[in-house]
Amino acid sequence: MNARALPRPQIPVNSADPRHAVTLTVNGVEVSREVSPRMLLSDFIRHELGLTGTHVGCEHGVCGACTVLIDGVSARSCLTLAVQADGAELRTVEALADGDAGLSVLQQAFAESHALQCGYCTPGFLMALTEHFESGDPLDLSDEGIREMIAGNLCRCTGYANIVVAVRRAAELSGRS
Amino acid sequence: MSTRQFGSRVQRNIDPRLLRGEGAFTDDIPLPGALHAAFVRSPFARARILSIDTAAARAMPGVVAVYTCDDIGHLDQALPLLIPHPSMRDARTQRPLARDDVHYVGQAVAMVVAADRYVAEDAALAIDVDYDQLAVELDLERAVAPGAPAVHTTHPDNVAADFTQVSGDPETAMAAAQHVTRIRVQVDRSTAAPMECRTVAARFDAASGELVVWDGTQAPIGVRGGLASIFGLDEHKVRVIAPDVGGGFGQKVMFPYPDELLVPFAAIEIGRPVKYIEDRRENFIGSNQERTQIHWIELHATKNGEVLALKDEFLHDTGAFIPYGIAVAQVASTSIAGPYRIPNIEVRFRAVYTPTVPVTPYRGCGRPQSCFAIERAMDKLADELGIDRREIRRRNLIADDEFPWAREGLLFADGLRVSLDSGQYHKALDLVCDRIGWDGFAAEQAAARAEGRDLGIGLAFYVEGTGLGPYEGGHVRIHPITGKVYVNTGLTAQGQGHDTVFAQIVADQLGVPVTDVILVQGDTAAYDWGVATFASRAAVVSGNAIHKTAALVRDKTVRAAANMLEVQEADVELRDGHAWVAGTDRKVPLAAIATASNPLRYAFNEAAQAATQFAPASRHDGPALQDDQHPGLEAAAYFSPECATWAYGVHAAVIEVDRATLQVKIHRYVCVHDCGNMINPTLVEGQVMGGLAQGIGGALYERIEYDAEGNPTNANFVDFLIPYATEIPDVEIAHLETPSPLNPLGVKGVGEAGCIAVGPTIAAAVEDALRHRGGGRFDAVPITPSAILENLGTA
Amino acid sequence: MKPALFEYHRAASVAQAVDLLAEDPGAMILAGGQSLVAAMNFRLAAPSRLIDITRIPDLDRIAVTAEGVAVGAAVRHRTLERHDGAHAVNPLIRAAQAHVAHVPIRNRGTVVGSLCHADAAAEMPLVLLLCDGWVELEGPGGNRRIPAEQFFRMHLTTARASDELATRAVFPALPPDAGWAFAEFARRKGDYAIAAVGAIVQCDAGGRITRARLAACGISSKPVRLGRAEAALAGGTADATAAAEAGRAAATHVDAADDSIATAAYRRHLVAALTERVVAEAAARARRGTE
Repeated sequence: MNARALPRPQIPVNSADPRHAVTLTVNGVEVSREVSPRMLLSDFIRHELGLTGTHVGCEHGVCGACTVLIDGVSARSCLTLAVQADGAELRTVEALADGDAGLSVLQQAFAESHALQCGYCTPGFLMALTEHFESGDPLDLSDEGIREMIAGNLCRCTGYANIVVAVRRAAELSGRS
Repeated sequence: MSTRQFGSRVQRNIDPRLLRGEGAFTDDIPLPGALHAAFVRSPFARARILSIDTAAARAMPGVVAVYTCDDIGHLDQALPLLIPHPSMRDARTQRPLARDDVHYVGQAVAMVVAADRYVAEDAALAIDVDYDQLAVELDLERAVAPGAPAVHTTHPDNVAADFTQVSGDPETAMAAAQHVTRIRVQVDRSTAAPMECRTVAARFDAASGELVVWDGTQAPIGVRGGLASIFGLDEHKVRVIAPDVGGGFGQKVMFPYPDELLVPFAAIEIGRPVKYIEDRRENFIGSNQERTQIHWIELHATKNGEVLALKDEFLHDTGAFIPYGIAVAQVASTSIAGPYRIPNIEVRFRAVYTPTVPVTPYRGCGRPQSCFAIERAMDKLADELGIDRREIRRRNLIADDEFPWAREGLLFADGLRVSLDSGQYHKALDLVCDRIGWDGFAAEQAAARAEGRDLGIGLAFYVEGTGLGPYEGGHVRIHPITGKVYVNTGLTAQGQGHDTVFAQIVADQLGVPVTDVILVQGDTAAYDWGVATFASRAAVVSGNAIHKTAALVRDKTVRAAANMLEVQEADVELRDGHAWVAGTDRKVPLAAIATASNPLRYAFNEAAQAATQFAPASRHDGPALQDDQHPGLEAAAYFSPECATWAYGVHAAVIEVDRATLQVKIHRYVCVHDCGNMINPTLVEGQVMGGLAQGIGGALYERIEYDAEGNPTNANFVDFLIPYATEIPDVEIAHLETPSPLNPLGVKGVGEAGCIAVGPTIAAAVEDALRHRGGGRFDAVPITPSAILENLGTA
Repeated sequence: MKPALFEYHRAASVAQAVDLLAEDPGAMILAGGQSLVAAMNFRLAAPSRLIDITRIPDLDRIAVTAEGVAVGAAVRHRTLERHDGAHAVNPLIRAAQAHVAHVPIRNRGTVVGSLCHADAAAEMPLVLLLCDGWVELEGPGGNRRIPAEQFFRMHLTTARASDELATRAVFPALPPDAGWAFAEFARRKGDYAIAAVGAIVQCDAGGRITRARLAACGISSKPVRLGRAEAALAGGTADATAAAEAGRAAATHVDAADDSIATAAYRRHLVAALTERVVAEAAARARRGTE
């Protein structure tokens, strides 16, 4: 195929969607963007902000891969419009580790326990668990209690066993057990 | 000496990056200026396309291109039949975009390329396709009956392949049998559902003529070959990169999917990068699936339960097309006798076209079905002869001293013979029964029944031919600056932890920390000899290739170090990233040895000074490199197995069927498995547990549903029930390690193992729990509460 | 799976939301969006306008009064679930909330949104019906309240007019001496119910049932009162035989067809079993209350 001979079509920079201004705090930094009203928060985080640690697994709220913290509580970024997050304080997996090299207690526990394989669902698990670990509520570290904590997240690789181990280990590392 | 890494529970190298959200999955890779593709997909299972009107879509703001089969030039042809086999006649594969006919709901009909995926989807919906709907038959048995509507006019009987294999002399053996057990079993359709759907992004550099494709595939080298062939490009002008991939489980080994051709095509034609990120609905209707088989299996036995002959005939649903050939059915048919001696086998299958998503391997690849068939048949035989289910197995298992156990006449999916190479089957059976409490269970069951609770126990054995050829390679180089060891192989990873287990193998040879071994895989520009990641073959085939390669580099390193340290080679020890003179504190870093092994002209650092032409150690009596000498510390080698190596295992479960909800609750689950020598037991357990969870999905929850018109009715995560953590029990995993005699590391594959035996284990346990309440046999999975109600006959 | 384009409006007041709704027949209310955005991603819903009501002052309030728990239209499931005052007067709410999807969904999804979405297998419509609650609406013609019995029409359809905004729902307090229970089964925890049943039972000092109220979801095109089961219990003793009898009667209310999750036969079995369970539990609580 002689691609060089082909004409180049005129390409619009973007779609013709109208734009809304949004300003929110993401991982401690205030950001302002103009976005289409239909842009999903998951796409906003990933493609507008370049925070690609938040993954998209189903776009209908079942798998939990896109879970982030909105104003301190876990939420599906695929079921939230970016415009709905205007004014919110958002945290993503990129905010968990302190510094470039380190790992948070949960991350450390996941690594120690082989609680991830492909790693695609992992940020969602970490964010859902962060809500539980940061809340003042006591952690129910029974097998059933831990499975309840991660009940809204699908993992197709691990069979969950080592995630349960990791949660217990994280509780131990953080003095919550 | 350093601690041996092979066999250790080493933490994974890759994890910190993935945990911090720094993974680089296809859609995470910045591709400035990229356009986005979306597809128009057939809403009908069978229909003739009367017209396609793309005018409205083309006129939409933000739309750059719209393609139908008329707009893709030479790509408008049937996609390759990847694995030809003589049992197939005129095998059907699909076209990148449908021409004239569509054959399943989800088949790609047109592709839109637009500024973003939102607009691309708007435009796809604006394309008006006029269809003339045709009759369909979704039921596998009715599809092969006379008069059924054909999926392809070329195949009026819907039979894609008809293949019989025979081992021994089944006819004579059947005549000698005293008892025959016959059952019909069925395993339903499922799907891999990796958490990351399939992805492909492409960029064409007109200046260099290089096409770069990021593809969430298990087979980048294959994709590269396919693209080069179809586009008529030199292989070196096509670079395929499988970056981080979010699970595969077989679904991503098939290629090319239509998008894998059309996205690069559009990138070349438009001159802008193009990206296609499949969404979850598309993954359900556009990416391949597996599992539906109906087996009619007969066991011909003596009164004592010794099985003399096995006859199996099965229908295999291959979906609308058969691009991967008969691999799935062939694996099922050659695994049908399981771990049992059964010296006489006749197995026939017909692969049947149905107007559904095409069928290619999904983790297990035919084994869950054949295991279900043989294990349910063994249970029935035991019941009919009044023999305990454990005992019937004991009487038929291959004994330790009977290996290798060849099944002459059967050819495996790699075209090589079936020979079970090693194992301790009896020990495994004893171990699982011991751990689950087989002997004491009757009392436990009786006590529970007295309280109105229905407990049952079941067990199932599986074997798995792993480590298929034809070959993989390894390339190992010690880096002259940092001393880090770079390793290449032709695989990709989707979570298995290759980067760590291969590093362990190399670390043992070179005496470096595991974290200093860097595996580069999945990039054809870095390394392009090899096959792909599938069939539980990575550790066996690449593992041994890398082991061989690392040993070569070790020899070179020791030789060079001996020269530098002026000692005998036998006195050199490699550990902690250095070569040591044994018993002394004299040492030299590997980086320095690597530098010194390359005759240099320029002294770029201190170590390099020793390798330049006027350094004391430099030769002045001839060429710096001898004829047979290569610079540096590097080597390449390959491993090609003589045939598959057979892993195995046995599962047992105690379950309760809740009387109110009819939900199956797994109280205890024990898995004993043997994948030969384990490189990293933690990762082995991870593979087994992950497979088990998918097996539990297939046994109790997951079934792809089609209505009578061929519409998928649960093509989403709300209705297709992948278990959450709340549905998966704790599992006890026990290891046996019987080395494979077929490779230097003595390893066998483990990737698929966990899922294979779950279905028959659960079915046997449910049957056992409900028999006293008038329950019948459970010869199909998944076992839903509705199915249990129906089985109990109170519906 | 991206939504079609729509206009986005963030309403500052109920009146403005009602005006915005009236202007555009294709408009829909956006609260938590946990069902709506999913439907939009599948392009099963394509509203021309979304009116975000979550920033309207006071709509996020929970008020516990003599008449019960009044839940504003912007109150998230999780907020109500954790509200001890609401739990004190109507413990069915927390019991049912534990079955509403998972925490991240409950963190965003709203209670009134769930009522207005009216999925036939959803928990909160069942609870509203069981408690004899109501929904309050504001429209161009003023406000009105619709009792739960009339609010739920069929799967995904309510008596709310398309130009009306549901501003709050009221879950009445349970009588202090009432026993209550809620049971649900879904094949995966957190999924929509295959069936769920709730019960409110009052007994006299002799253990005789003076009032039994039962409702179920997942078994019909909307949440339903289990009238025949209630009748089977009325005036009788709350023993195992009565509970079983109520279960059999409850099964006659199933009119859902077979689907990919369950057969109709199974739903009959299940609703009978769940009814038996909740009647026994509620009666036990009622007896404890009267002792």
